[in-house]
Amino acid sequence: MSQTHRIGDGQVDRSREISFRFNDRWMKGHPGDTLASALLANGKKLVGRSFKYHRPRGVFTCGSEEPNALVQLRTGAHQEPNTRATTVELFEGLSATSQNHRGSLEWDLMAVTDLMSPFLSAGFYYKTFMWPRAFWEKLYEPVIRSSAGLGRLSMQEDPDHYDKGFLHCDLLVIGAGPSGLMAALVAARSGARVILADEDFAPGGRLNAETLELGGMAGADWAARVVAELADMPNVRVMPRTTVYGAYDHGVYGALERCTDHLAESGGKPRQILWRIYSKRAVLAAGATERPIAFGNNDRPGVMMAGAVRAYVNRFGVTPGHHVAVFTNNDDGWRTAKDLAGKGVEVVAVIDSRDKPAVCEVPGARHVRGAAVMDTVGRKGVKAITLTDGQVIPVDCLAVSGGWNPNVHLTCHQRGRPEWRDDLQAFVPGGALPPGMAVAGAANGQMTLAAALAEGQAQAKAQLEALGHTVANVDVPEAEDEPREAAAFWHVKESKKRAWVDQQNDVTVKDVKLANREGFRSVELLKRYTTLGMATDQGKTSNIAGLAILAEEAGKTIPEVGTTIFRPPYTPVPMGALAGRARGKDFRPYRLTPSHNWAEENGATFVEVGNWLRAQWFARDGEKGWRDSVDREVEMTRNSVGICDVTTLGKIDIQGKDAAEFLNKVYCNGFATLAVGKVRYGLMLREDGIAYDDGTTARMGENHFVMTTTTANAVVVFRRLEFARQCLWPNLDVHLISTTDGWAQFAVAGPNSRKLLQKVVDKEHDLSNEAFPFMACGEVTVCGGMPARLFRISFSGELAYEIAVPARYGNSMMDVLMEAGREFDAVPYGTEALGVMRIEKGHAAGNELNGQTTAHNLGMGRMVSQKKECIGNVLSQRPEMLREDAVKLMGLKPVNPAEPLIAGMHFINRNASANMDNDQGWMTSVAYSPSLGHSIGLGFIKSGDTRKGEILRAVSPVHGREVLVEVVSAHFIDPEGERLRA
Amino acid sequence: MIINHPLLGPRDAAEFVYLGDASLIDRPDWEAEDAAAQFHAYGYLRDNPAGAHQELWYHEQGDRSWLVVTRDTTTHEITQVELARDVARARGRDR
Repeated sequence: MSQTHRIGDGQVDRSREISFRFNDRWMKGHPGDTLASALLANGKKLVGRSFKYHRPRGVFTCGSEEPNALVQLRTGAHQEPNTRATTVELFEGLSATSQNHRGSLEWDLMAVTDLMSPFLSAGFYYKTFMWPRAFWEKLYEPVIRSSAGLGRLSMQEDPDHYDKGFLHCDLLVIGAGPSGLMAALVAARSGARVILADEDFAPGGRLNAETLELGGMAGADWAARVVAELADMPNVRVMPRTTVYGAYDHGVYGALERCTDHLAESGGKPRQILWRIYSKRAVLAAGATERPIAFGNNDRPGVMMAGAVRAYVNRFGVTPGHHVAVFTNNDDGWRTAKDLAGKGVEVVAVIDSRDKPAVCEVPGARHVRGAAVMDTVGRKGVKAITLTDGQVIPVDCLAVSGGWNPNVHLTCHQRGRPEWRDDLQAFVPGGALPPGMAVAGAANGQMTLAAALAEGQAQAKAQLEALGHTVANVDVPEAEDEPREAAAFWHVKESKKRAWVDQQNDVTVKDVKLANREGFRSVELLKRYTTLGMATDQGKTSNIAGLAILAEEAGKTIPEVGTTIFRPPYTPVPMGALAGRARGKDFRPYRLTPSHNWAEENGATFVEVGNWLRAQWFARDGEKGWRDSVDREVEMTRNSVGICDVTTLGKIDIQGKDAAEFLNKVYCNGFATLAVGKVRYGLMLREDGIAYDDGTTARMGENHFVMTTTTANAVVVFRRLEFARQCLWPNLDVHLISTTDGWAQFAVAGPNSRKLLQKVVDKEHDLSNEAFPFMACGEVTVCGGMPARLFRISFSGELAYEIAVPARYGNSMMDVLMEAGREFDAVPYGTEALGVMRIEKGHAAGNELNGQTTAHNLGMGRMVSQKKECIGNVLSQRPEMLREDAVKLMGLKPVNPAEPLIAGMHFINRNASANMDNDQGWMTSVAYSPSLGHSIGLGFIKSGDTRKGEILRAVSPVHGREVLVEVVSAHFIDPEGERLRA
Repeated sequence: MIINHPLLGPRDAAEFVYLGDASLIDRPDWEAEDAAAQFHAYGYLRDNPAGAHQELWYHEQGDRSWLVVTRDTTTHEITQVELARDVARARGRDR
């Protein structure tokens, strides 16, 4: 196939050729072509199949509003479905395939659905797939799924990179057509920081597509000159290939820049950048979109928008047909006829729905007044048209103009409503624009060139003056005001054949009428019932006609019917761009503990705990599974000494002369009386009385405390303390800082922990039980003078300490501790062994502090002081929360020691059947206890504290398992606490 | 959204964490006769105005100030931003 429809240069570079492939055919185009213009140049009319009826479809527009020419671009993992051929820039080796057909594009097996169309009217799915019920899962859903959708994903990981960025400016100009360029020029010469964004790769907007002159030169040349001037100015950022897709609060705009989509290879650069633009002011110069007229078989390839036809001729030097007819209801359609005739294309006829004289001279064309096109002929490309007066005219292209709609989308992103203008027969931006936005040019209903230029200048001037800029005087180039009269004419009533309103969703005039008859009269319901205006084009060409027909049927005016709400994005934004770099392993940052390197070198298996990676266990040679490692770590710790990095616990430094009073208010138990050099366990409640978080707080000095929180709640507890400090008790003299990352902290646990630490802590610090008893704390030095903090606290139930050193020494500290512990056979242990030991000791953790339990449930009800003001104590006393038969935290052991327990099992009395009515509580945590040689569990049991020794059924219907368990104390190990006080 | 921080100037809303109605500052007196009823109202009852709304935002990715932001819930227009501590003191928080 050769470029049979290339008739001139336009703005493409015909000195260079580009080879590209569509389906299995290689074709030629030129730099400056879009895929659509190149396909048309090669005479390729049929480019896709419609969504529902699989009708043959061709290129319909020349911009991002394209409903038909959707193709799959590129191959392999780079494959991208549903790209609009009208916006794809041609590059060497481009490969595109048509979509939504079985078999070839020319012979689509699914086209049979078109014959079934009488049965597939609006609401077909809702009406048909209701019964029989059993058919849904087995038959209907699989069938619908296999035929739904347009293009296909590659199902491979996207190999491209996407970035996100932030930009700031005084004035954002959206659209680089005549009014946008004028606005940008005024702002730029006034010294303002300007961003000019345009979705096209060639700025200029319609100037590139028209033969209009500005200041005595071709429109496209004027645009190129202005853009060149702007690009050279340091205060201006010109952003072609950038769609501003959303207007957000406070002058923030979302924009998608396509950086390498027009290149064969990205060369490692990001494919697209999602910009967040912070603007002080904005001028929206988004132009207008031409709308079609609905008539019988108006969806055949070759039936196109009139403005698009002349854009292909003027800008790309491509004529979509050699025998073209124009069907219009307005003056602008005549310009297509005139431009085509001027380029030597045969214009067969101009059919004007209005009974008025010719708008301009079109050599060789028949002028048919007050008539309309009723039907078309030609399955895979239009061959002839039938007029309402019965004439049949052979054509290979029909250019249709139903008038132009201002692109008001962004003016409505903050719930603004557009207003109807009778003289334009179109909606224009309404009163409530997003703050800071002004609209200029065709987007604001200034449909002629001279008016658009003047308004671009005026709006920029007004915006800059509002910002206090001195505005430069920029002359508006001389231009004409083209004839633009338009009539209200939406569809050809005489048509008996199906007439398409929305080509992307295969919605016909009949469907809109049916929706009205069936009561779906609100535009929002019409949209959802018929799918009018959905999918990738969001009804840019179809919405108004749909509204007009609905209004006509319902006996209302169009403004009475109103529009659906416009929401971002203006055009589709790829998921990859929204994700940016935050995907896979980079979805969120990892936090590494200070001894991470040591752990890695010593064979740790890691687990994600919030954002942290923590050592889960340290496997040794010969161990067959994680249980071997964990059991050994527990046994060695309990028999001698173990070391665990506990840096991830939240650490909050609290200072000030009211620090003690502050702690008294945020913990439910008392802290005011805590002596200097002592540590206390503290429980925090939510204001509603539910247990929130726990930890220990050490009093390092009269006015200095160090609080620890659970790992999971480190951030939210700190946030809450700041809330208490600033909002609830703003006059307390207390200050907070998070030191979680400042200190590396290690638990040193086991009977030999003191001996080990005595080797590391400098000799002048007495660590004897008398001098440094259980729950003591203090500042010490280690390794000959390095400052450290020592706490004698125990999560494991053993004689234990936690030692903290500045975080940068954390990795070496681990080395030092392990080296000092060599003579005791010290062992590093991970989070699993930590968990086993805390269950053996009956300490509550996240499974127990789960946001549903109270201090009363946890057996700590007496800790909740009623003698002081503190968060949660008032509502914790509500009768329902203090019930006698409330669940209590207890220990559980299997009657048969060989049987394992499962977390989540529910307790049932022995003689009762297993249902929720008989529920006695649930198992929260389980572990195999190497110390006891059998499984153990913690759980909440109704009145559990009075039921020690009772045998219950623990059942898990999910696992189909049941175990007899005995209720015991939660303190499996050393219930008197002798070890930790040793 | 952009919040005009009284100390730091305009900052993107992404730097903040939202809490809710600024009535959370008005924590009841725990020793009042009807403390339980007052705390119930404090904890569970909120106005839901269409229009000006005073609400608490926390500058977590910033200076850790709690702010009282007056925002129109229908337009997102922000008319006032104050340090929550100043508001709390002005409302008579006595400790």
